[in-house]
Amino acid sequence: MQVVSRLRRFIFSPTILRIFSVLSTLFGISIFVFVVLRVIPGDTITGSFGIETGVLTPDQIAQLRHYYGIDQSLLLQYLSWMKSFLSGQLGYSFSTGVSVLKLTKSALPVTVELALIGTILGVVIGIAIGMFSARKPGSFRDFAGQLFGLLALAIPGFVLSTAIVTIMANKFHYFPNGLEYMPPWENPWTNFQQMMFPGLVLGIAVAAPVMRTTRSALLETVDKDFVRTAHGKGVAPRKVQYRHILRNSLIPIVTMTGIQFGYLLGGAVIVEQIFALPGMGRQVLNAITKREYATVQSSVMIFAIMFVTINVLTDLIYRKIDPRIK
Amino acid sequence: MRRKDKIVKGGLHYYLQSTSGIIGAILLLFMVVASLCAAFGWLPHNPLDQNVDEVLKGPSGKYWFGTDQFGRDIFSRTFDGMRRSLTISIVAVSIATLVGVTLGILGGYLGKWFDLLITRLSDAVFAFPAILLALAIVSSLGNSWVDTALSIAIVYTPIFIRVARGPVLTAKEMDYIKVSRILGYSSPRILIKHILPNVTAPIVVQIALSLSWAILTESGLSFLGLGTQPPDASLGLMVADAQSLAAFAWWTLAFPSLFITIVVVGLNLVGDGLRDAMDPARRNS
Amino acid sequence: MSQLKPLLLVENLGISTVQDPRTLINDVTFEIHAGEAVGVVGESGSGKTLTSLSILGLLPRGVAVTAGSVNYNGMNLTTASPQQIRELRGSAISMVYQDPMTALNPVMKIGKQLLEVIESHEKLDANSDQRVRDALKEVGIPDVARAMQSYPHEFSGGMRQRVMIAMALLLSPKLLIADEPTTALDVTIQQQILSLVAEQRQKRNMSMLWITHDLGVVANLVDRLIVMYAGRIVESGTVKEIFTNPQHPYTAGLLSSLPTTADKSRKRLTSIAGVPQKPWLVGQSCAFAPRCFKVQPECRTQIPHLVGNLEKSVACFHPMGAL
Repeated sequence: MQVVSRLRRFIFSPTILRIFSVLSTLFGISIFVFVVLRVIPGDTITGSFGIETGVLTPDQIAQLRHYYGIDQSLLLQYLSWMKSFLSGQLGYSFSTGVSVLKLTKSALPVTVELALIGTILGVVIGIAIGMFSARKPGSFRDFAGQLFGLLALAIPGFVLSTAIVTIMANKFHYFPNGLEYMPPWENPWTNFQQMMFPGLVLGIAVAAPVMRTTRSALLETVDKDFVRTAHGKGVAPRKVQYRHILRNSLIPIVTMTGIQFGYLLGGAVIVEQIFALPGMGRQVLNAITKREYATVQSSVMIFAIMFVTINVLTDLIYRKIDPRIK
Repeated sequence: MRRKDKIVKGGLHYYLQSTSGIIGAILLLFMVVASLCAAFGWLPHNPLDQNVDEVLKGPSGKYWFGTDQFGRDIFSRTFDGMRRSLTISIVAVSIATLVGVTLGILGGYLGKWFDLLITRLSDAVFAFPAILLALAIVSSLGNSWVDTALSIAIVYTPIFIRVARGPVLTAKEMDYIKVSRILGYSSPRILIKHILPNVTAPIVVQIALSLSWAILTESGLSFLGLGTQPPDASLGLMVADAQSLAAFAWWTLAFPSLFITIVVVGLNLVGDGLRDAMDPARRNS
Repeated sequence: MSQLKPLLLVENLGISTVQDPRTLINDVTFEIHAGEAVGVVGESGSGKTLTSLSILGLLPRGVAVTAGSVNYNGMNLTTASPQQIRELRGSAISMVYQDPMTALNPVMKIGKQLLEVIESHEKLDANSDQRVRDALKEVGIPDVARAMQSYPHEFSGGMRQRVMIAMALLLSPKLLIADEPTTALDVTIQQQILSLVAEQRQKRNMSMLWITHDLGVVANLVDRLIVMYAGRIVESGTVKEIFTNPQHPYTAGLLSSLPTTADKSRKRLTSIAGVPQKPWLVGQSCAFAPRCFKVQPECRTQIPHLVGNLEKSVACFHPMGAL
C-alpha cells in the first residue's frame, strides 16, 4: 500500500507532471511539423527538380521516391525520421549526406550568440524606455517612448537591415557581411563587427514588445496599495521605483523576454540571410528551398526543444521573483 | 445582450476620443482608398510596364516615387504592392478568425479531449516564430497568393483559438450561462446568444493586430522570395530588389519601406484604439 | 484645551480631481492636539479617506489638494517640499491602511519591509534588526525570527495588519493615521486590533486620527468625533456630546441605525432613506437636504457652515436641539 501511494505521489508530483507536459507538447510539435510538411502537396522531387519534374518518366519518379524513402506509408516515414532524430544524428540531409547534427553544430552557436545579443540589447533598451515612458503617463516623454515602441514594432527587420547595410557600405565603405563568420573565441574583434548590426536590429525588434509590456506593467503597479505604503513609510522615490514598482512588474516582463528569446533562437531567418550569418535560420531557409524535409523537420524540432526549455526556465525564474508562485 | 449593445454603440464614441485611434483610422482609410485605386487600375502608370529609357530615375513630376531597375514606376508598384499585401493579409486573417474562433469557442465550451487537442495543437504552433512557420508551410504549398494567404492563416489561427477560448471558459462559469444550461437551452443557442457576445470585443481587437502582423509576415516571405513572385509588385520584394540598388537610388528602398511602416503603424493604432474603446476599465482612466 | 497649539491643524481643505475638476472635499477644518484621538465617521464617498491621505500627500493619481492647508507642528504640509514631507512620513506621522492583504509588498520579506522604515530615516546599524524584532513582538506576532523571513502571503489578514501596525509604530510617531484598519478583518480579529491600538496609544501618549464608517467601532477608542457627509464636515464634538446629544439630523440618523446592547426596547433599527449625493453635484445647498426629515426651503439654497467650538460644532440651519 505504502509503495503504491508513494508511487502515486511521485507520478503526480509537479515536476513529473511538468516533464510529462513538456514531452507531450514536443510530441505534438513533431506530429504537427511532420504533417504540415508531408501531407500538403509537393514533395522532395518536385522541390529539387522544379518544373523539370514533368520531364521525368513515371518510372524514374517512382525510383526517386523510393530512393528518398517517400514511397513508404506516412507512419513509417514518421517513425524512421524519429528514429534517426533520436539516434543523436538528428537525421540526414539528402543532398549532402551530412547529418543534421553536424550542420547544427556549426549553425547553432551563431544563432545562440545572435539571440543572446539581441535579447540583452532588447531588454536593456525596452525596460529603460518603458520606465522612461511610464514615469509620467500622457506626457511628451511618454509620447516619445510610445512612438519608439510603435516604430520598432512596425519597421520590419529586413527594412532596417537593408538600410543599415546600404548606409554602411555607401558612406563608410564597410561591408559587415563580406567576411566569413568568426566565433568570438577565435577573433573577438571580427566577431563584434559581424554581430554588432544584426544584434542591434534584433535588439530593436525585441525592445518594442518589452517596452510596451514594461510600460503597462509599471502603470498597473504604480497604483497598487503597497506602493502607497512604501511612500507612506518615507522611502525615497527612486527606491520605491526599483524595489517596489519594478520588482513587482517583473513577471510580465520576464514572460515577454522569454518568448522573444525563444523566437530569436529560431527566428532570425531574415537577419541571418541579409548579414550572411551561417546560423540556424539560414540552415532552415536553405533546406526549405531544396525541400530537405529531414533537415527542416529536425531543425524545427530543435527550435521547439529550445523554446520549450526556455519556457521551463522562465517558470523557474518566476519562482525566484515571486514567492507566491509554488 | 445588453452588454454587447453598449459596447457597439458606446464603442464608437469612445474610439473617437483616443488620438491614436483617430490617426489609425485615417491611415486605414488611406490604405483602403489607395488599394481600391490600385485594384481599379487608377494609377499613373501600369505597375508592370517596363521602360528601358527611364531606368532608375529619381522622383519627378512624371514618376512621383522614381523608377526601378526596369524603368517601372515605383509609385504605381508601391500602391499595387500594398493592395496585394492587404488582400493576402485580409484573406489570411479572415480564415484564421473563422477557424480559430470556431475551434476556440467549441474547445472552451465542450472541454474534455477536444479542448485538450486544440490547446496542445495551438501550443505547438506557438513554439515557432511566425515567419519560420510560414516559410515551412509556404514551401510545401507553393507560391500563389492563395498559398501565401493559407500559410499565414495557419500561423495566426492559434492566436484566435486562445483569444476566443479564454472568455468562453470565464463565461461558462457565469451564473446566467449556468442557468441557461439548467433551463435546458440547447448548446448552439447558448453559444450564439450568450457566449459569442462576450468574445466579440477581444476578437475585434485581435483582428486589427493580426492584420498588422500578417502584413509583416507577408512582406517578409516576399522579401525572401517565397511569397509574391516577380514581375508582380510586392512591398517585400521591392525592398529585396532595393538591397543592391539603394546605394545609388535611395528611392527604391525608401518608398516601399515607408509604406510597409505606414500600414503596420496604422493597423496597430486601430488595434490600440479599439482595445481602449472596448475595455470598460480603460475608459474611465 | 483649545488654548494650546494643535499638533495637526487642517484648515478649509479642498480636494478635487485634476481633470474636468470635480470637488470631492470642501472646506474641511479640524485639529488634533498632542495625545488626542479623533475619529472621522462617514459613509463611503464622504471623503474621509481622501482627507486622511491628503495629510501625508498620498492622494491617488488624478486627485489633488486645491484649497486650504494642512499644518503639522507649525509646518504647512501643502507647501512643503517633497523631501520635507518624506522626512515626516513613517517617522513623525505614520499610517495604517484599510486592506492589509494589499498594503504589503508581496515579493519582499516582512523583516526587510520593516527595516526599510528605519533605513529611510536613519542609518541602519547592528541594532536595527533587534528594533524590528521588538516592534513585531510588541504587536503580538509569535515566532518573530521566522516572521522576519516570511513573505506577506504566508500571514493571515489579522497578522498582516499587526505587521502594518508594527511598521507604523517602529519610529514612535507623534501622530498615527488609521484608515479603516479593521474593515477588512473578521469581527473577532477587529476587536483584537482595536484593543492593540488603544493599548499602544495609551502607552505612547500618541495622537491619532481614526477613519471609519462604523460609529460603534470608535466610541471607546477616541476622544472626539468628526462626522462627514458628501465631502463636508456636518458635525464634530466630543464622543459624549455626539452620542448623547447629536445635533445634525444625519448624525442622529446614524446613531439610530446603530444596534445597542443596552437598549432592551426591541425597537426596529431605522435607516436613512435615499443615497448620499455626489459632492460635486451638491451646489448651493445642504448636501443632506434631499434625505433630511427636517428640511426647510433655505436648506436647498444655502450651504450651512460649521459653527461652534471643539466640544461641539454643527453645520445645520435647523439642528436637532437639546434632548
